[in-house]
Amino acid sequence: MSGLSISRRGLLTGLSVLGTSAALGACGAKTGSDTSSASGAKADTSGDTVKVGLLNSLSGTMAISEVTVHNALLLAVKEINAAGGVLGKKLKPVSQDGASDWPTFAEKAQTLITEDRVVATFGCWTSASRKAVKPVFERNKSLLFYPVQYEGLEQSPYIFYVGATTNQQIVPALDYLKKQGLTRLYLVGSDYVFPRTANKEIRAYAKANGMEVVGEDYAPLGSTEFSTIVNKVKDAGADAVFNTLNGDSNVAFFKEYKSAGLGAKSLPVLSVSIAEEEVKSIGTQYLEGQLTAWNYYQTTPGAANAAFVKAYQAAYGKDKPTSDPMEAAYTSVHLWAAMVEKAGSFDVDDVKAAADGITFDAPEGKVTVDGATQHVHKTARIGKVGADGLITEVWNSGAPIKPDPYLKGYDWAAGLS
Amino acid sequence: MTTTTPLAGKTATKPPVTEPPAPFLERFRVPGAFLLGALLLLGIAPLVLSDFRLSLLAKYLCYAIVAVGVSLAWGRGGLLVLGQGVFFGLGGYAMAMHLKLADAAVTGQTLPDFMQLYGTGDALPWWWKPFADPVFALAATVLLPMAVAALLGFFVFRRRVKGAYFAILSQALAAAFAIWLVGQQANTGGTNGLTDIQGFFGYALDDPVNQRMVYVVVAAVLLVLMAAARQLFVSRYGELLVAVRDSEERVRFLGYDPANVKLVAYVVAAGMAGLAGALFVPAVGIISPALIGVVPSIGFVIGAAVGGRASLLGAVLGAIAVAWTQSTLSDAYPAAWTYLQGLLFVVAVGFLPGGLASLVTVLRRKRRTHNPATEGAA
Repeated sequence: MSGLSISRRGLLTGLSVLGTSAALGACGAKTGSDTSSASGAKADTSGDTVKVGLLNSLSGTMAISEVTVHNALLLAVKEINAAGGVLGKKLKPVSQDGASDWPTFAEKAQTLITEDRVVATFGCWTSASRKAVKPVFERNKSLLFYPVQYEGLEQSPYIFYVGATTNQQIVPALDYLKKQGLTRLYLVGSDYVFPRTANKEIRAYAKANGMEVVGEDYAPLGSTEFSTIVNKVKDAGADAVFNTLNGDSNVAFFKEYKSAGLGAKSLPVLSVSIAEEEVKSIGTQYLEGQLTAWNYYQTTPGAANAAFVKAYQAAYGKDKPTSDPMEAAYTSVHLWAAMVEKAGSFDVDDVKAAADGITFDAPEGKVTVDGATQHVHKTARIGKVGADGLITEVWNSGAPIKPDPYLKGYDWAAGLS
Repeated sequence: MTTTTPLAGKTATKPPVTEPPAPFLERFRVPGAFLLGALLLLGIAPLVLSDFRLSLLAKYLCYAIVAVGVSLAWGRGGLLVLGQGVFFGLGGYAMAMHLKLADAAVTGQTLPDFMQLYGTGDALPWWWKPFADPVFALAATVLLPMAVAALLGFFVFRRRVKGAYFAILSQALAAAFAIWLVGQQANTGGTNGLTDIQGFFGYALDDPVNQRMVYVVVAAVLLVLMAAARQLFVSRYGELLVAVRDSEERVRFLGYDPANVKLVAYVVAAGMAGLAGALFVPAVGIISPALIGVVPSIGFVIGAAVGGRASLLGAVLGAIAVAWTQSTLSDAYPAAWTYLQGLLFVVAVGFLPGGLASLVTVLRRKRRTHNPATEGAA
């Protein structure tokens, strides 16, 4: 026995020496140095078809929302192929499951870029998943189109943000509440990055605009226990609730809200994460008359939207609603295709250079890409939930708002970033 | 422990020696397998795998390092450690905090990027400051999880909390830690975790050469820990640990304190999980509460269960196999892989309760019971 252990120890020493020497012998670039040569993966554009990556959570907690985005992306790809493809090449969608898990998103993004050699990737929903894949796209110099409204304060050279940033959703929503004379706000949100950052911005806005935040509460993601929070809301003397809750928590919150005797008439709730799909799952009876802030509703007028809703329901079911993130996802594929056509090349640098000023007659109306921020000019729309579960617009910003992810154009936001 | 224990001779729970091969072969079976493993991991894998596949393997090997500890604590000690995510996370965050501070220093900042965005924006929290020192951070990746495990284990084992209660307690700890991390967005990055890590002790992580270096370090650490764990398994302590697992009362009557025996296994397993977490950060580039809570903590145990928790090699191969299957299945069937994976778990655990490591034994037993029948028919 002892002889064995000695030989093993000798082996061990030898191995660790081997390992160390291998590690020291192969030293790559130091931090801070330029490693532009590092990206080995190049998108494959040699054949008749090019691959595009679709990166959404098809399993896990986020699947209920992200599957609809995935469907909308597939619809856009199908339409582009039916119209002859991009630069004469058909698009082949490659789906990967982010599984509602941020490190998995990073792994799958890398798979799409290096193994599938896609020309561009579309997807991600939560800010956490976007933050996880951001270094992957930057490292490989590959493009991601992100379709969901978010908290702003970000600008990656390899991400196009097709959803609303703060000044296209939250700021107009606050303007609307102020105009209605609802100045005492209670903030309720899920405990993660978007609500916490959004609420920080709301506090700064309120301070500068003579509004008052009378309470701020967070529930863990997925939490369904809201009696304490609702009671606090009831006693706080607020004029309105600003709701940044996500997912299932909304169901519990609005049920509790109704059973506490509160409603759209007595104390309106403005939500920024509840779209048509969520209205259906929460239950229209709990939401009727409540407010939402987005850039698109299924009821948004226009021929482009009529065609989009018709095509979507033909493909996925007559009763399936369309929502803002789905519309932004659908739009993002068309915007990318227009950029490639203008650039005359799939090359990432050429596409980026061609991006500024690209327009598309989207279901939400005409959108324009802002090349400097890689965001999109979008019209803000406040909507009211109707008895049929659809959301009808009660106010809009009149014209598309120029994206301002770092809120540089707002004095009150000076200390935020 | 200087006198010969009556236990050493009496334990009937030693893993059954399957077949008595030639003594010469038996002597070199373990070091031979070890050498083969080392050759595969350090010699062949870097040659045949692409940069991307190799970095995936580095990630699987991190899980395998956790499995080494699980095999010790659960397989040998009978402690169902369902909260290894906590220790993995402590190690991972300790490492990531240092790397974030080092990244910030390269660009001349004092605060990591996420603190400038979500933080109060003034100063580094006091408990971040020591992690700027690489020696402190490296030591903390292992010692911090071990200290937490020691503290928890001391109270739990002394009070003779065991079985399901111990498992539930571990789970609760994992859930609480993950929730706390999410709530402290200004100081921990919240749900996002710590991401976008650029360098590893001065080396840029986006350089494939450095990624390979990270892989070599992970593989070497795994091999060293496997050798150390094997040594522990066959030591007198290893025998005692198995004895405690199988009959705690009897060990107590013999004059040992089972609490101390269990504590050592628990603390060592925690240290290994911490080290795995620390290596996970440069290998994958992210640490987040999603790797720490209840589900990932169960995941750490599933690999060991599928492979065979009582066998060191089984647990390690199980962890690698489960992670590899997950990647491969989800690549091929993005919409259906969760069902397939669940099915695999059911089949593996249902038909092979001892894990894949028991496959050989089971097949051999089958043949043995089968043979007389065929002979009778002939």
